[in-house]
This record gives sequence, structure tokens and C-alpha cells, in this order.
Amino acid sequence: MTPTETISSKAGLNQREDLTLLHEVSLATAGVSHLEMCIQCGTCGGSCPSAADMDHTPRALFAMLRAGMREDVLRSNTPWICVSCYHCVVRCPQEVHIADVMYTLKSMAIKAKLYKDNTAPDFSASFVDFVENYGRSFEFGLATRFYLQHQPLRLPGMTGMGLGMLTKKRMSVTPKKISGIEQLKTILEKAKTLELTA
Amino acid sequence: MNKYIFYPGCSMEGSARAYYESLNSIKAPLEMELEEINDWNCCGATEYLGVNLIPAYSLIARNLALAAQQMDGTKTLMAPCSACYLNLEKADYYMGERPTLGAKVNEALQAGGLHYDPGSLEIRHLLDVIVRDIGLEAVKAKVVRPLKGLRVAPYLGCMVPRPDFQHRWSDHEHPNELDCLLHALGAEVIDYPLKTACCGGHMTQIGPETAYELIRRLIASADEYQTDIMVTVCPMCQMNLDAYQGEANRHFGTNYHMPIVFFTQLMAVAFGIDPKEAGFGLELTSAKDALARIGLEIPESAQERGKKKPEGLPMPKRRVTHLIEHD
Repeated sequence: MTPTETISSKAGLNQREDLTLLHEVSLATAGVSHLEMCIQCGTCGGSCPSAADMDHTPRALFAMLRAGMREDVLRSNTPWICVSCYHCVVRCPQEVHIADVMYTLKSMAIKAKLYKDNTAPDFSASFVDFVENYGRSFEFGLATRFYLQHQPLRLPGMTGMGLGMLTKKRMSVTPKKISGIEQLKTILEKAKTLELTA
Repeated sequence: MNKYIFYPGCSMEGSARAYYESLNSIKAPLEMELEEINDWNCCGATEYLGVNLIPAYSLIARNLALAAQQMDGTKTLMAPCSACYLNLEKADYYMGERPTLGAKVNEALQAGGLHYDPGSLEIRHLLDVIVRDIGLEAVKAKVVRPLKGLRVAPYLGCMVPRPDFQHRWSDHEHPNELDCLLHALGAEVIDYPLKTACCGGHMTQIGPETAYELIRRLIASADEYQTDIMVTVCPMCQMNLDAYQGEANRHFGTNYHMPIVFFTQLMAVAFGIDPKEAGFGLELTSAKDALARIGLEIPESAQERGKKKPEGLPMPKRRVTHLIEHD
């Protein structure tokens, strides 16, 4: 076992022995990711509006994937800072589905519990929680739950805006539930047993 | 009559109520028939995809499966929200491009008695169907109150022109569909350089400083071009630039006041529809001054509720005058 592999197994990462990390990430991404085709040109990082706040540019992150640096990649804030603007995607000369690779890395980091800051994962988890239980997003519930837990100091400055959204009926205090919620729950329960591995 | 299967998306019933109301007000003059998907669910926005892949795609695909059951005289599924449009299109495209994904999603759908064959539907955005199916000439013919002298910045954001799986748009970064539409309404359209730059998406929630900078760039640029009003096609863009403009101003010590509304709202007033019916007054950064330029008033009651106290001392609005004047 190499040192990286030892760390990985200690961290409880479900590393697939039969695949390189790059291939594993590529397979777990929705479409045909073209991740293997990356030529390290850096167009992605140069196109990224939020690169300044990332600890690795997408290009660097893909080099790390190729080098098998599983833990460093999954701890990187890069996928969490990605704003899904798809500038890199349309500019990439190799047509790498960069934004979708970022989604894959987020879900891998959540599974391995490897992220520096739980703000973004908690936001996603709360959003998903409301959707799974009601079939619709619930902005008021999401905002209150999330801000109280993660950004309580921001709340006083946000009251004006929150009140504006409420009085203009742009935000409802009660969630909407779809009538086929049981059907949706059954679908999602089944879906959770399935993985994209080939 | 152009008929569409319609996916409103969650925000149309909440934060983007002005979008929904104005769309409803222009349906009849544009001869659009919208058939809402029965019991549609949330598309998962940009959150579910980053949590768990197969459930995220199954969530989206339930809508596709339900929509496919309603294909009666049309196979076009229209969505007005950018994120919904992209998610629906993405699921349809990737389920076809990657058959193993398609098979697993259908395995999950099967548990709920549903099925979707990728490629069955044609997924399109509202702007696309207005510009291409209804056409600019037909739009122009309905204009009774041209938006003469109103300087508008067309702002599309990211997820409509990109990644554009089906090659529906004129360009990924500088598409001109919205420009042409606003021109047809008689507005003075600014060649807005950041028309497809990012509004920050969910970063207003989870990483506000990243978002504030993106919001600042968009608003500062629109202001430099002496924009009266920004016009968008996306609920998230509207929400971030409208509702978080105050926070961004506080963060940078700026004093911008740049209203942003949905393109359907300007279509409605150009068609002679009452501004209130078109959802004006629901914005937090008031569009009152912009509407006054075309001789319209936002109903007082709706306006007063949204009135915000100015932060600090009254400051003159920043105007840059050395830029080229557009005719």
C-alpha cells in the first residue's frame, strides 16, 4: 500500500482498486465527461469568474486527479466555489464537462465527509431535504434554517430584504407539497440504491 | 395558436412571481397555450446534482416522464426558469448520451410506475419560443406603447445560452435573441458586455463575498452604460441583483440603484398591459424611475410597501459620461 492509499483507507474512502482516480471520477459523472482528454491548457481557470476564491483552479484540480491525489482533491474548496456558469465548459477545447465533474466531486466529498467547511454541503443538504419531503423547494424554510445555523450574524442586515420578500408575497412561510409525494419518495428511495459506475 | 407543455418551476410561484404574472398577461396577445405538467416537482436546482447523482436525475426525469404523458399535439416542453430549463434539457440529453444513466434513471422511475425515453420531448426556454415560434414581427405588431427612450441592458445570465446541448442559441457568450426582442419593443438596447456573466447563483447564500463581487461587476457595468433598467430571463439572476443589491452596496460602500425586471414584464407594458398586472412593484430595487421614462406609474400601494430608506446621506447617482452615446 502506498502512503496515499493508507491515508485513504483510514479516512474511510471507498476507493475503487480497479480504477485510477481520474477514471473513477469520469465514470461517476453524468454524461460522457471527456475528463481524460484534458490537455492542461488552463482555459477553464482563465474563464472562471470565481477562480480567485478557489484554492485550486479547475486545471490544477484535474492535474491532481490524474496524479491520484484523492484526499487533496476532495478537500479542495474548488467544486464548492464553482458557480455553474458553464463559461469553462463552452470554451474548453477538449469539451470536458467541467461543471458536471464539479458536481461529481462534491458528491464524492460529501460521501467521504471531506470538506473544509460544511456551509455549502449543509445548504445543499437542507435544500434536498425540503425537496425530498415536499417535492418542491421551500425558500423560507431553507433561508431560516440555513442562516440561523451558519450565518446568524448576517441576519440583522437581511431583515429588510426578508420582510420585503414576505410582504410582496415573493416568499411563502408555508411549503407546498405535490400530490404525488409518495410516488416521488418511492422513486428517490430506489434511485439511492443505484450508482453510475460503468 | 402555439401550444406548449409548461414547466413553471418553484420560483415562478414565489420569488419570481412577477415573471409568472407577466407571462400570464402576455399569453393571450401572443396566442400561446400553456399546458402545465400535472403535479410537477422541483428540478433540484444546482443543489441536488452535487449531492447524489441518480436521485438528482430521477427527480428531474419524473417531470419529463409526466410531461411525455401530456404530449398531445406538441412535443415541446417549455420552461421559463434558466436552471429548470438547463436541468430538464441536461437530463434528457445525458440520459441519451450515456445509456447506462438512462437505464438507471428509468429503473428508479419504474418504482413509481413511470418511464421516460430520452429524446421524446423538445425542451426549450420561453425566450426561444417567443423569438423563434411566435417571431419578432408578431411581437412588434402587438406593441401599442413602444419603450422609446428607455435604456435597457439585456441580461441572460449563464444557464440559458450555456452549455446549449441542442445548439438553439445564436452564441454561447454574446447571443442576440434578447437584444432583438427588446429592440422590437422599441427600447434603446445597450450592447451590454456582461450579458451572459454570472450573477453568483447560490453563492449569495453560501459564499456571499464571492457573490457580491459578481453582482457588483454586473451592476457597475450596467450603470456605466447609463442603463435605466436591466432585463433578465432568469429568476435567480433577478433575485440576486434585485434583492441582494442592498447588501452588495453595503459591502462595497456603493450606492447603486439598478432595477432589474423580467423581459415578459417589459413585453406586457409595451403591449399596453397595466404595470401592476405585469408584476411591477414586486421588485425590491424599485423600477419606478425607469417606468416614468416611458410615462408609466407603478401603482402607489404596491410601490410604498417596497420603499426602502436610503442608506446614509443622500448621494448623487454615479454617472459616467465619457462613454459612447447609443442612438
